[in-house]
Amino acid sequence: MAAILDAKGLHKNFGAVTAASDINAAIERDSVVGLIGTNGAGKTTFINMITGYLKPDRGRIHYEGRDITELAPRDITRLGICRSFQIPQLYASLTAFENMMVGVGVVLRNAGLGGFLSRGRPLVPGHDLPAEEAAARILERFGLAEYRDKNAQVLPGGVRKLLDIALTMVAKPRILLLDEPTSGVSAEEKFAIMEMIMKAVRAEGATVLFVEHDMEVVSRFAERVLAFYDGRIIADGPPEVVLNDPEVKRFVVGGELHRIDEAQGRARA
Amino acid sequence: MSRDRTPLALGLILAAIVAAGPFLPPWLLFILTLAIARGLVALGLMLLLRAGLVSFGQALYYCIGAYTAGALGIRLGVSDVLLQALAGAGVAALTAWILGFLLARYRGIFFGLLSLALSMILYGLIVKNEALGSTDGLNVLPSTLFGVRPHEGWVRYTVLVAAAGVAVIAALLVHRYLRTPLGRLAPAIKDNEIRVEYMGASARHAIHVKYVIAATLAGIGGALAATTVGHIDPEMAYWTTSGEFIFVAILAGTGSVIAPFLGALIFGAIHTVAYDLSPNTWQMSLGAALLVLIVFLPDGVWSLFARRKAA
Repeated sequence: MAAILDAKGLHKNFGAVTAASDINAAIERDSVVGLIGTNGAGKTTFINMITGYLKPDRGRIHYEGRDITELAPRDITRLGICRSFQIPQLYASLTAFENMMVGVGVVLRNAGLGGFLSRGRPLVPGHDLPAEEAAARILERFGLAEYRDKNAQVLPGGVRKLLDIALTMVAKPRILLLDEPTSGVSAEEKFAIMEMIMKAVRAEGATVLFVEHDMEVVSRFAERVLAFYDGRIIADGPPEVVLNDPEVKRFVVGGELHRIDEAQGRARA
Repeated sequence: MSRDRTPLALGLILAAIVAAGPFLPPWLLFILTLAIARGLVALGLMLLLRAGLVSFGQALYYCIGAYTAGALGIRLGVSDVLLQALAGAGVAALTAWILGFLLARYRGIFFGLLSLALSMILYGLIVKNEALGSTDGLNVLPSTLFGVRPHEGWVRYTVLVAAAGVAVIAALLVHRYLRTPLGRLAPAIKDNEIRVEYMGASARHAIHVKYVIAATLAGIGGALAATTVGHIDPEMAYWTTSGEFIFVAILAGTGSVIAPFLGALIFGAIHTVAYDLSPNTWQMSLGAALLVLIVFLPDGVWSLFARRKAA
Protein backbone atom coordinates (compact mmCIF):
# COMPACT_ATOMS: atom_id res chain seq x y z
CA MET A 1 0.00 0.00 0.00
CA ALA A 2 1.27 3.49 -0.78
CA ALA A 3 2.58 5.56 2.11
CA ILE A 4 0.49 8.61 3.03
CA LEU A 5 3.45 10.08 4.93
CA ASP A 6 7.07 9.48 4.09
CA ALA A 7 9.95 10.83 6.19
CA LYS A 8 13.40 10.33 4.70
CA GLY A 9 16.76 10.89 6.36
CA LEU A 10 15.59 13.42 8.97
CA HIS A 11 18.30 15.01 11.07
CA LYS A 12 17.86 17.58 13.81
CA ASN A 13 20.44 18.95 16.21
CA PHE A 14 19.89 21.34 19.09
CA GLY A 15 23.41 22.63 19.62
CA ALA A 16 25.46 19.59 20.61
CA VAL A 17 22.38 17.45 21.25
CA THR A 18 21.18 15.23 18.41
CA ALA A 19 17.39 15.01 18.62
CA ALA A 20 16.94 13.17 15.31
CA SER A 21 19.47 11.18 13.40
CA ASP A 22 18.63 9.62 10.05
CA ILE A 23 14.94 9.05 10.78
CA ASN A 24 13.25 7.07 8.00
CA ALA A 25 9.60 6.13 8.26
CA ALA A 26 6.92 5.50 5.67
CA ILE A 27 3.47 5.54 7.25
CA GLU A 28 0.70 3.65 5.49
CA ARG A 29 -2.75 5.06 4.99
CA ASP A 30 -5.30 4.31 7.76
CA SER A 31 -2.69 2.63 9.94
CA VAL A 32 -2.34 3.17 13.69
CA VAL A 33 1.28 3.68 14.68
CA GLY A 34 2.62 3.88 18.21
CA LEU A 35 5.79 5.88 18.89
CA ILE A 36 7.67 4.69 21.95
CA GLY A 37 10.92 5.71 23.60
CA THR A 38 12.24 7.25 26.78
CA ASN A 39 12.02 11.00 27.31
CA GLY A 40 14.45 12.75 25.00
CA ALA A 41 14.52 9.82 22.54
CA GLY A 42 13.18 12.00 19.70
CA LYS A 43 9.47 11.16 19.51
CA THR A 44 8.15 14.68 19.98
CA THR A 45 10.91 16.08 17.76
CA PHE A 46 9.67 13.71 15.06
CA ILE A 47 6.08 14.98 15.51
CA ASN A 48 7.28 18.58 15.63
CA MET A 49 9.12 18.13 12.33
CA ILE A 50 6.11 16.54 10.61
CA THR A 51 3.81 19.35 11.78
CA GLY A 52 6.21 22.11 10.76
CA TYR A 53 7.03 23.42 14.24
CA LEU A 54 10.65 22.39 13.72
CA LYS A 55 12.48 22.31 10.41
CA PRO A 56 14.85 19.34 10.01
CA ASP A 57 18.52 20.21 9.40
CA ARG A 58 18.53 17.54 6.70
CA GLY A 59 15.99 15.20 5.12
CA ARG A 60 12.56 15.59 3.56
CA ILE A 61 8.99 14.84 4.56
CA HIS A 62 6.41 13.95 1.90
CA TYR A 63 2.67 13.85 2.45
CA GLU A 64 0.70 12.15 -0.31
CA GLY A 65 3.66 12.69 -2.60
CA ARG A 66 3.96 16.40 -1.78
CA ASP A 67 7.05 17.81 -0.07
CA ILE A 68 5.85 19.53 3.12
CA THR A 69 9.24 19.95 4.81
CA GLU A 70 9.30 23.75 4.53
CA LEU A 71 5.62 24.47 5.17
CA ALA A 72 4.36 26.40 8.21
CA PRO A 73 2.25 24.55 10.83
CA ARG A 74 -1.00 26.18 9.68
CA ASP A 75 -0.40 25.17 6.06
CA ILE A 76 0.36 21.59 7.10
CA THR A 77 -2.83 21.58 9.20
CA ARG A 78 -4.80 22.81 6.20
CA LEU A 79 -3.50 19.85 4.20
CA GLY A 80 -5.01 17.50 6.80
CA ILE A 81 -2.20 16.74 9.26
CA CYS A 82 -3.39 17.73 12.73
CA ARG A 83 -1.87 17.25 16.15
CA SER A 84 -2.79 17.21 19.80
CA PHE A 85 -0.44 18.18 22.60
CA GLN A 86 1.11 16.47 25.57
CA ILE A 87 0.01 19.43 27.69
CA PRO A 88 -3.48 20.35 26.41
CA GLN A 89 -3.38 23.56 24.39
CA LEU A 90 -6.82 25.07 24.89
CA TYR A 91 -8.38 28.51 24.84
CA ALA A 92 -8.45 28.80 28.60
CA SER A 93 -10.86 31.73 28.97
CA LEU A 94 -13.44 30.18 26.63
CA THR A 95 -15.97 27.46 27.38
CA ALA A 96 -15.63 23.98 25.87
CA PHE A 97 -18.30 24.90 23.32
CA GLU A 98 -16.60 28.19 22.44
CA ASN A 99 -13.32 26.31 22.01
CA MET A 100 -15.07 24.11 19.47
CA MET A 101 -16.66 27.12 17.78
CA VAL A 102 -13.21 28.62 17.22
CA GLY A 103 -12.13 25.38 15.57
CA VAL A 104 -15.28 25.08 13.49
CA GLY A 105 -14.88 28.72 12.47
CA VAL A 106 -11.36 28.08 11.20
CA VAL A 107 -12.61 25.14 9.13
CA LEU A 108 -15.35 27.36 7.66
CA ARG A 109 -12.90 30.15 6.95
CA ASN A 110 -10.36 27.89 5.28
CA ALA A 111 -13.17 26.70 3.01
CA GLY A 112 -14.04 30.31 2.15
CA LEU A 113 -17.34 30.11 4.07
CA GLY A 114 -18.89 32.07 6.92
CA GLY A 115 -17.33 35.37 5.86
CA PHE A 116 -18.65 38.83 6.61
CA LEU A 117 -20.92 38.91 3.57
CA SER A 118 -22.15 35.32 3.67
CA ARG A 119 -25.84 34.84 4.33
CA GLY A 120 -27.60 32.15 6.29
CA ARG A 121 -25.78 29.41 8.18
CA PRO A 122 -23.27 27.63 5.97
CA LEU A 123 -22.62 23.93 6.55
CA VAL A 124 -19.21 23.10 7.99
CA PRO A 125 -17.27 21.05 5.41
CA GLY A 126 -16.81 17.45 6.51
CA HIS A 127 -19.49 17.80 9.17
CA ASP A 128 -22.40 18.82 6.95
CA LEU A 129 -23.96 20.71 9.83
CA PRO A 130 -24.17 24.41 10.70
CA ALA A 131 -21.38 25.66 12.99
CA GLU A 132 -23.19 25.38 16.36
CA GLU A 133 -24.53 21.90 15.64
CA ALA A 134 -21.15 20.69 14.37
CA ALA A 135 -19.42 21.97 17.53
CA ALA A 136 -22.04 20.34 19.78
CA ARG A 137 -21.79 17.04 17.85
CA ILE A 138 -18.02 16.77 18.37
CA LEU A 139 -18.38 17.51 22.09
CA GLU A 140 -20.99 14.77 22.26
CA ARG A 141 -18.84 12.29 20.36
CA PHE A 142 -16.04 12.79 22.89
CA GLY A 143 -18.43 12.57 25.85
CA LEU A 144 -17.92 16.25 26.66
CA ALA A 145 -21.51 17.48 26.29
CA GLU A 146 -21.92 17.98 30.05
CA TYR A 147 -18.89 20.34 30.08
CA ARG A 148 -20.20 22.43 27.19
CA ASP A 149 -20.56 25.69 29.13
CA LYS A 150 -17.64 25.23 31.51
CA ASN A 151 -14.49 27.29 31.05
CA ALA A 152 -11.59 25.25 29.72
CA GLN A 153 -9.32 26.34 32.57
CA VAL A 154 -11.52 24.80 35.27
CA LEU A 155 -11.97 21.42 33.58
CA PRO A 156 -10.36 18.30 35.11
CA GLY A 157 -7.17 16.97 33.52
CA GLY A 158 -8.72 14.04 31.65
CA VAL A 159 -11.46 16.25 30.23
CA ARG A 160 -8.93 18.86 29.12
CA LYS A 161 -7.01 16.12 27.36
CA LEU A 162 -10.12 14.95 25.52
CA LEU A 163 -11.08 18.52 24.62
CA ASP A 164 -7.60 19.06 23.19
CA ILE A 165 -7.99 15.95 21.01
CA ALA A 166 -11.58 16.91 20.08
CA LEU A 167 -10.24 20.30 18.90
CA THR A 168 -7.78 18.43 16.72
CA MET A 169 -10.57 16.37 15.18
CA VAL A 170 -12.61 19.44 14.14
CA ALA A 171 -10.61 19.81 10.93
CA LYS A 172 -11.28 16.16 9.98
CA PRO A 173 -7.59 15.24 9.80
CA ARG A 174 -6.25 12.70 7.34
CA ILE A 175 -3.31 12.16 9.68
CA LEU A 176 -3.73 12.56 13.40
CA LEU A 177 -0.65 12.97 15.59
CA LEU A 178 -1.33 12.48 19.29
CA ASP A 179 1.45 13.47 21.67
CA GLU A 180 0.96 11.34 24.77
CA PRO A 181 -2.84 11.27 24.65
CA THR A 182 -3.07 9.47 27.98
CA SER A 183 -0.38 11.26 29.98
CA GLY A 184 -1.61 12.89 33.16
CA VAL A 185 -4.68 10.68 33.06
CA SER A 186 -5.50 8.05 35.69
CA ALA A 187 -4.75 4.43 34.83
CA GLU A 188 -8.48 3.62 34.76
CA GLU A 189 -9.22 6.44 32.31
CA LYS A 190 -6.40 5.61 29.88
CA PHE A 191 -8.13 2.83 28.01
CA ALA A 192 -11.46 4.64 27.99
CA ILE A 193 -9.81 7.71 26.44
CA MET A 194 -8.00 5.65 23.84
CA GLU A 195 -11.18 3.72 22.99
CA MET A 196 -13.07 6.98 22.52
CA ILE A 197 -10.34 8.44 20.30
CA MET A 198 -10.06 5.29 18.21
CA LYS A 199 -13.84 5.10 17.81
CA ALA A 200 -13.95 8.70 16.55
CA VAL A 201 -10.96 8.09 14.29
CA ARG A 202 -12.41 4.90 12.82
CA ALA A 203 -15.61 6.79 12.01
CA GLU A 204 -13.58 9.41 10.12
CA GLY A 205 -10.98 7.10 8.60
CA ALA A 206 -7.70 8.76 9.55
CA THR A 207 -4.12 7.59 9.94
CA VAL A 208 -2.97 7.84 13.56
CA LEU A 209 0.47 8.27 15.08
CA PHE A 210 0.50 8.37 18.86
CA VAL A 211 3.28 8.81 21.38
CA GLU A 212 2.76 6.57 24.39
CA HIS A 213 4.69 5.42 27.45
CA ASP A 214 2.22 2.79 28.60
CA MET A 215 3.19 -0.42 26.77
CA GLU A 216 -0.18 -2.00 27.50
CA VAL A 217 -1.88 0.84 25.64
CA VAL A 218 0.64 0.52 22.81
CA SER A 219 0.22 -3.24 22.37
CA ARG A 220 -3.54 -2.94 22.48
CA PHE A 221 -4.05 -0.06 20.04
CA ALA A 222 -1.02 0.15 17.74
CA GLU A 223 -0.76 -1.91 14.58
CA ARG A 224 2.83 -0.89 14.16
CA VAL A 225 5.39 0.46 16.61
CA LEU A 226 8.36 2.74 16.02
CA ALA A 227 10.83 2.59 18.90
CA PHE A 228 13.03 5.67 19.34
CA TYR A 229 16.31 5.80 21.19
CA ASP A 230 18.86 8.59 21.16
CA GLY A 231 17.31 10.31 18.13
CA ARG A 232 17.18 7.10 16.06
CA ILE A 233 14.52 4.52 15.26
CA ILE A 234 15.92 1.30 16.68
CA ALA A 235 12.97 -0.95 15.86
CA ASP A 236 10.00 -0.79 13.53
CA GLY A 237 7.28 -3.44 13.17
CA PRO A 238 4.21 -5.02 14.75
CA PRO A 239 3.93 -4.45 18.52
CA GLU A 240 4.50 -8.09 19.47
CA VAL A 241 7.80 -8.04 17.58
CA VAL A 242 9.05 -4.58 18.57
CA LEU A 243 8.14 -4.85 22.25
CA ASN A 244 10.06 -8.14 22.46
CA ASP A 245 13.10 -6.85 20.57
CA PRO A 246 16.14 -7.16 22.88
CA GLU A 247 17.36 -3.64 22.09
CA VAL A 248 13.93 -2.17 22.70
CA LYS A 249 13.62 -4.14 25.94
CA ARG A 250 16.96 -2.84 27.06
CA PHE A 251 16.72 0.82 26.00
CA VAL A 252 13.00 1.60 25.86
CA VAL A 253 10.79 -0.78 27.76
CA GLY A 254 13.52 -1.58 30.25
CA GLY A 255 14.27 2.11 30.47
CA GLU A 256 10.69 2.73 31.47
CA LEU A 257 10.76 -0.03 34.07
CA HIS A 258 14.07 1.20 35.34
CA ARG A 259 12.63 4.66 35.80
CA ILE A 260 9.58 3.28 37.57
CA ASP A 261 11.86 1.32 39.91
CA GLU A 262 13.85 4.46 40.57
CA ALA A 263 10.69 6.43 41.33
CA GLN A 264 9.46 3.73 43.70
CA GLY A 265 12.87 3.64 45.30
CA ARG A 266 12.74 7.38 45.87
CA ALA A 267 9.23 7.11 47.27
CA ARG A 268 10.35 4.47 49.76
CA ALA A 269 13.41 6.45 50.80
CA MET B 1 -30.07 30.72 22.84
CA SER B 2 -30.90 34.31 23.85
CA ARG B 3 -32.00 36.70 21.13
CA ASP B 4 -29.56 39.27 19.86
CA ARG B 5 -30.84 42.60 21.19
CA THR B 6 -27.90 44.76 20.10
CA PRO B 7 -29.34 45.92 16.73
CA LEU B 8 -32.62 46.90 18.41
CA ALA B 9 -30.78 48.74 21.20
CA LEU B 10 -28.66 50.64 18.67
CA GLY B 11 -31.77 51.58 16.69
CA LEU B 12 -33.47 52.87 19.84
CA ILE B 13 -30.42 54.91 20.84
CA LEU B 14 -30.32 56.51 17.37
CA ALA B 15 -34.06 57.26 17.52
CA ALA B 16 -33.64 58.80 20.98
CA ILE B 17 -30.79 61.04 19.78
CA VAL B 18 -32.76 62.19 16.73
CA ALA B 19 -35.90 62.85 18.81
CA ALA B 20 -34.29 64.48 21.85
CA GLY B 21 -31.57 66.43 20.00
CA PRO B 22 -33.61 69.54 19.16
CA PHE B 23 -34.44 70.03 22.85
CA LEU B 24 -30.90 69.70 24.16
CA PRO B 25 -28.58 72.67 24.82
CA PRO B 26 -25.71 73.17 22.32
CA TRP B 27 -23.01 72.28 24.89
CA LEU B 28 -24.65 68.90 25.46
CA LEU B 29 -24.94 68.27 21.71
CA PHE B 30 -21.21 69.02 21.51
CA ILE B 31 -20.36 66.58 24.32
CA LEU B 32 -22.54 63.88 22.78
CA THR B 33 -20.99 64.24 19.33
CA LEU B 34 -17.48 64.19 20.74
CA ALA B 35 -18.40 61.11 22.79
CA ILE B 36 -19.51 59.39 19.58
CA ALA B 37 -16.22 60.31 17.88
CA ARG B 38 -14.20 58.97 20.84
CA GLY B 39 -16.50 55.97 21.10
CA LEU B 40 -15.67 55.00 17.51
CA VAL B 41 -11.95 55.00 18.31
CA ALA B 42 -12.60 52.96 21.47
CA LEU B 43 -14.72 50.52 19.46
CA GLY B 44 -11.65 49.82 17.33
CA LEU B 45 -9.49 49.49 20.44
CA MET B 46 -12.02 46.98 21.76
CA LEU B 47 -11.36 44.74 18.75
CA LEU B 48 -7.64 44.79 19.50
CA LEU B 49 -8.14 44.37 23.27
CA ARG B 50 -10.22 41.25 22.65
CA ALA B 51 -7.19 39.79 20.88
CA GLY B 52 -4.98 40.79 23.82
CA LEU B 53 -3.38 43.78 22.12
CA VAL B 54 -3.23 47.29 23.53
CA SER B 55 -2.47 50.00 21.00
CA PHE B 56 -0.96 53.07 22.64
CA GLY B 57 -1.13 54.82 19.29
CA GLN B 58 -4.74 55.00 18.06
CA ALA B 59 -4.33 58.78 18.11
CA LEU B 60 -2.30 58.28 14.92
CA TYR B 61 -5.43 57.35 12.99
CA TYR B 62 -7.64 59.77 14.91
CA CYS B 63 -5.30 62.55 13.81
CA ILE B 64 -5.06 61.24 10.24
CA GLY B 65 -8.87 61.21 10.04
CA ALA B 66 -9.06 64.75 11.44
CA TYR B 67 -6.39 66.20 9.12
CA THR B 68 -7.90 64.42 6.12
CA ALA B 69 -11.27 65.99 6.93
CA GLY B 70 -9.62 69.38 7.50
CA ALA B 71 -7.54 69.24 4.32
CA LEU B 72 -10.54 68.14 2.30
CA GLY B 73 -12.36 71.29 3.41
CA ILE B 74 -9.47 73.72 3.12
CA ARG B 75 -7.91 72.44 -0.13
CA LEU B 76 -10.93 71.08 -2.00
CA GLY B 77 -13.81 72.93 -0.34
CA VAL B 78 -15.52 69.67 0.66
CA SER B 79 -17.33 70.34 3.92
CA ASP B 80 -19.84 67.47 3.90
CA VAL B 81 -19.67 65.61 7.22
CA LEU B 82 -20.19 62.19 5.67
CA LEU B 83 -17.72 62.69 2.82
CA GLN B 84 -15.11 63.89 5.30
CA ALA B 85 -15.73 60.86 7.51
CA LEU B 86 -15.46 58.56 4.49
CA ALA B 87 -12.19 60.17 3.39
CA GLY B 88 -10.82 60.04 6.95
CA ALA B 89 -11.70 56.35 7.11
CA GLY B 90 -10.07 55.64 3.74
CA VAL B 91 -6.75 57.34 4.46
CA ALA B 92 -6.57 55.80 7.95
CA ALA B 93 -7.34 52.33 6.57
CA LEU B 94 -4.71 52.59 3.85
CA THR B 95 -2.08 53.78 6.33
CA ALA B 96 -2.96 50.98 8.74
CA TRP B 97 -2.90 48.38 6.00
CA ILE B 98 0.69 49.37 5.16
CA LEU B 99 1.87 49.73 8.78
CA GLY B 100 -0.04 46.57 9.70
CA PHE B 101 2.50 44.38 7.88
CA LEU B 102 5.01 45.53 10.50
CA LEU B 103 2.78 45.77 13.57
CA ALA B 104 0.98 42.43 13.14
CA ARG B 105 4.31 40.72 13.82
CA TYR B 106 4.48 42.07 17.35
CA ARG B 107 2.63 41.26 20.55
CA GLY B 108 2.38 42.63 24.06
CA ILE B 109 4.46 45.61 25.05
CA PHE B 110 6.27 45.67 21.69
CA PHE B 111 3.00 46.12 19.81
CA GLY B 112 1.95 48.86 22.24
CA LEU B 113 5.18 50.81 22.11
CA LEU B 114 5.58 50.49 18.35
CA SER B 115 2.08 51.88 17.84
CA LEU B 116 2.94 54.70 20.25
CA ALA B 117 6.14 55.46 18.36
CA LEU B 118 4.30 55.68 15.04
CA SER B 119 1.77 58.16 16.41
CA MET B 120 4.57 60.30 17.87
CA ILE B 121 6.30 60.33 14.48
CA LEU B 122 3.13 61.80 12.95
CA TYR B 123 2.96 64.32 15.81
CA GLY B 124 6.54 65.37 15.08
CA LEU B 125 5.88 65.64 11.34
CA ILE B 126 2.83 67.88 11.81
CA VAL B 127 4.53 70.10 14.38
CA LYS B 128 7.37 70.73 11.90
CA ASN B 129 5.03 71.34 8.96
CA GLU B 130 3.95 74.96 8.39
CA ALA B 131 1.47 73.97 5.67
CA LEU B 132 -0.40 71.86 8.22
CA GLY B 133 -0.48 74.73 10.68
CA SER B 134 2.38 73.45 12.85
CA THR B 135 1.55 73.57 16.60
CA ASP B 136 -1.32 76.05 16.03
CA GLY B 137 -3.24 73.63 13.83
CA LEU B 138 -5.92 74.59 11.33
CA ASN B 139 -9.52 75.71 11.43
CA VAL B 140 -12.00 73.41 9.73
CA LEU B 141 -14.76 74.62 7.36
CA PRO B 142 -18.28 74.80 8.84
CA SER B 143 -20.08 71.52 8.20
CA THR B 144 -22.65 70.71 5.55
CA LEU B 145 -24.73 67.58 5.03
CA PHE B 146 -25.68 66.34 1.55
CA GLY B 147 -24.63 69.72 0.15
CA VAL B 148 -26.91 71.67 2.46
CA ARG B 149 -25.57 74.09 5.03
CA PRO B 150 -27.81 73.81 8.11
CA HIS B 151 -29.25 76.93 9.68
CA GLU B 152 -26.97 78.51 12.32
CA GLY B 153 -28.81 77.01 15.30
CA TRP B 154 -29.03 73.54 13.75
CA VAL B 155 -25.39 72.84 12.83
CA ARG B 156 -24.60 71.00 16.07
CA TYR B 157 -27.77 68.93 15.84
CA THR B 158 -27.08 68.03 12.19
CA VAL B 159 -23.52 66.94 12.93
CA LEU B 160 -24.71 64.94 15.96
CA VAL B 161 -27.34 63.09 13.92
CA ALA B 162 -24.88 62.40 11.11
CA ALA B 163 -22.27 61.17 13.62
CA ALA B 164 -24.83 59.00 15.42
CA GLY B 165 -25.96 57.51 12.10
CA VAL B 166 -22.39 56.69 11.10
CA ALA B 167 -21.63 55.27 14.55
CA VAL B 168 -24.70 53.02 14.56
CA ILE B 169 -23.80 51.63 11.13
CA ALA B 170 -20.20 51.10 12.25
CA ALA B 171 -21.32 49.41 15.47
CA LEU B 172 -23.70 47.09 13.58
CA LEU B 173 -20.94 46.12 11.15
CA VAL B 174 -18.50 45.42 13.99
CA HIS B 175 -21.23 43.49 15.80
CA ARG B 176 -21.64 41.27 12.75
CA TYR B 177 -17.88 40.96 12.31
CA LEU B 178 -17.53 39.67 15.90
CA ARG B 179 -19.81 36.77 14.94
CA THR B 180 -17.80 35.72 11.90
CA PRO B 181 -15.12 33.03 12.25
CA LEU B 182 -12.45 35.73 11.87
CA GLY B 183 -14.05 37.83 14.61
CA ARG B 184 -14.30 34.80 16.91
CA LEU B 185 -10.55 34.23 16.62
CA ALA B 186 -9.76 37.27 18.82
CA PRO B 187 -10.10 35.64 22.28
CA ALA B 188 -8.45 32.50 20.90
CA ILE B 189 -5.42 34.53 19.79
CA LYS B 190 -5.32 36.17 23.21
CA ASP B 191 -5.44 32.77 24.98
CA ASN B 192 -3.24 30.57 22.82
CA GLU B 193 -1.78 31.77 19.55
CA ILE B 194 0.17 28.57 18.92
CA ARG B 195 -3.03 26.57 19.00
CA VAL B 196 -4.63 29.01 16.56
CA GLU B 197 -1.80 28.30 14.11
CA TYR B 198 -2.09 24.55 14.70
CA MET B 199 -5.78 24.72 13.82
CA GLY B 200 -4.89 26.11 10.42
CA ALA B 201 -5.47 29.85 10.93
CA SER B 202 -3.06 32.75 10.63
CA ALA B 203 -3.04 34.84 13.80
CA ARG B 204 -0.96 37.49 12.07
CA HIS B 205 -3.49 37.91 9.30
CA ALA B 206 -6.34 38.09 11.83
CA ILE B 207 -4.49 40.80 13.78
CA HIS B 208 -3.71 42.72 10.60
CA VAL B 209 -7.41 42.78 9.71
CA LYS B 210 -8.39 43.90 13.21
CA TYR B 211 -5.73 46.61 13.14
CA VAL B 212 -7.06 47.99 9.85
CA ILE B 213 -10.66 47.95 11.11
CA ALA B 214 -9.59 49.69 14.33
CA ALA B 215 -7.73 52.36 12.33
CA THR B 216 -10.70 52.89 10.01
CA LEU B 217 -12.96 53.50 13.00
CA ALA B 218 -10.40 55.87 14.53
CA GLY B 219 -10.17 57.72 11.20
CA ILE B 220 -13.94 58.24 11.16
CA GLY B 221 -13.79 59.34 14.80
CA GLY B 222 -11.07 61.86 14.01
CA ALA B 223 -12.97 63.30 11.04
CA LEU B 224 -16.13 63.67 13.14
CA ALA B 225 -14.15 65.28 15.98
CA ALA B 226 -12.57 67.76 13.52
CA THR B 227 -15.89 68.90 12.20
CA THR B 228 -17.42 69.00 15.72
CA VAL B 229 -14.66 71.06 17.30
CA GLY B 230 -14.03 73.11 14.14
CA HIS B 231 -10.29 73.02 14.74
CA ILE B 232 -7.52 70.46 14.38
CA ASP B 233 -4.05 70.45 15.92
CA PRO B 234 -1.12 68.04 16.36
CA GLU B 235 -2.25 67.27 19.93
CA MET B 236 -4.70 64.88 18.30
CA ALA B 237 -1.75 62.57 17.54
CA TYR B 238 -0.06 63.06 20.94
CA TRP B 239 0.33 60.08 23.23
CA THR B 240 -1.99 61.54 25.87
CA THR B 241 -4.80 61.43 23.31
CA SER B 242 -4.09 57.73 22.75
CA GLY B 243 -4.16 57.36 26.52
CA GLU B 244 -7.64 58.87 26.65
CA PHE B 245 -8.87 56.29 24.16
CA ILE B 246 -7.43 53.46 26.23
CA PHE B 247 -9.09 55.03 29.27
CA VAL B 248 -12.42 54.97 27.44
CA ALA B 249 -11.96 51.39 26.22
CA ILE B 250 -11.04 50.08 29.68
CA LEU B 251 -13.82 52.14 31.28
CA ALA B 252 -16.26 50.58 28.82
CA GLY B 253 -15.22 46.92 28.78
CA THR B 254 -15.26 44.61 25.79
CA GLY B 255 -18.67 43.03 26.34
CA SER B 256 -20.66 44.81 23.62
CA VAL B 257 -20.28 47.19 20.69
CA ILE B 258 -22.44 49.68 22.61
CA ALA B 259 -20.01 49.74 25.55
CA PRO B 260 -17.33 51.99 23.97
CA PHE B 261 -19.91 54.71 23.32
CA LEU B 262 -21.19 54.48 26.88
CA GLY B 263 -17.58 54.63 28.07
CA ALA B 264 -16.89 57.68 25.92
CA LEU B 265 -19.98 59.40 27.30
CA ILE B 266 -18.91 58.73 30.90
CA PHE B 267 -15.40 59.91 30.04
CA GLY B 268 -16.85 63.11 28.53
CA ALA B 269 -18.96 63.69 31.64
CA ILE B 270 -16.05 63.13 34.06
CA HIS B 271 -13.82 65.31 31.89
CA THR B 272 -16.36 68.14 31.73
CA VAL B 273 -17.17 68.14 35.43
CA ALA B 274 -13.53 67.77 36.48
CA TYR B 275 -12.44 70.58 34.16
CA ASP B 276 -15.23 72.77 35.45
CA LEU B 277 -14.32 72.19 39.09
CA SER B 278 -10.57 72.52 38.70
CA PRO B 279 -9.19 73.42 35.26
CA ASN B 280 -5.56 72.83 36.26
CA THR B 281 -5.85 69.45 37.93
CA TRP B 282 -8.65 67.77 35.99
CA GLN B 283 -6.32 64.92 35.08
CA MET B 284 -6.15 64.03 38.78
CA SER B 285 -9.91 63.53 38.93
CA LEU B 286 -9.76 61.44 35.77
CA GLY B 287 -6.99 59.30 37.26
CA ALA B 288 -8.94 58.82 40.49
CA ALA B 289 -12.02 57.79 38.49
CA LEU B 290 -10.00 55.19 36.58
CA LEU B 291 -8.52 53.88 39.83
CA VAL B 292 -11.97 53.42 41.36
CA LEU B 293 -13.14 51.73 38.19
CA ILE B 294 -10.30 49.24 37.98
CA VAL B 295 -10.81 48.27 41.63
CA PHE B 296 -14.60 47.92 41.53
CA LEU B 297 -15.39 47.14 37.87
CA PRO B 298 -12.33 45.45 36.40
CA ASP B 299 -14.32 44.30 33.36
CA GLY B 300 -15.61 47.80 32.64
CA VAL B 301 -18.94 49.55 33.02
CA TRP B 302 -20.58 47.13 30.62
CA SER B 303 -20.11 44.30 33.12
CA LEU B 304 -22.92 45.93 35.15
CA PHE B 305 -25.33 45.24 32.29
CA ALA B 306 -23.91 41.79 31.60
CA ARG B 307 -24.25 40.84 35.28
CA ARG B 308 -27.86 41.98 35.38
CA LYS B 309 -28.61 39.92 32.31
CA ALA B 310 -26.94 36.85 33.82
CA ALA B 311 -28.82 37.23 37.11
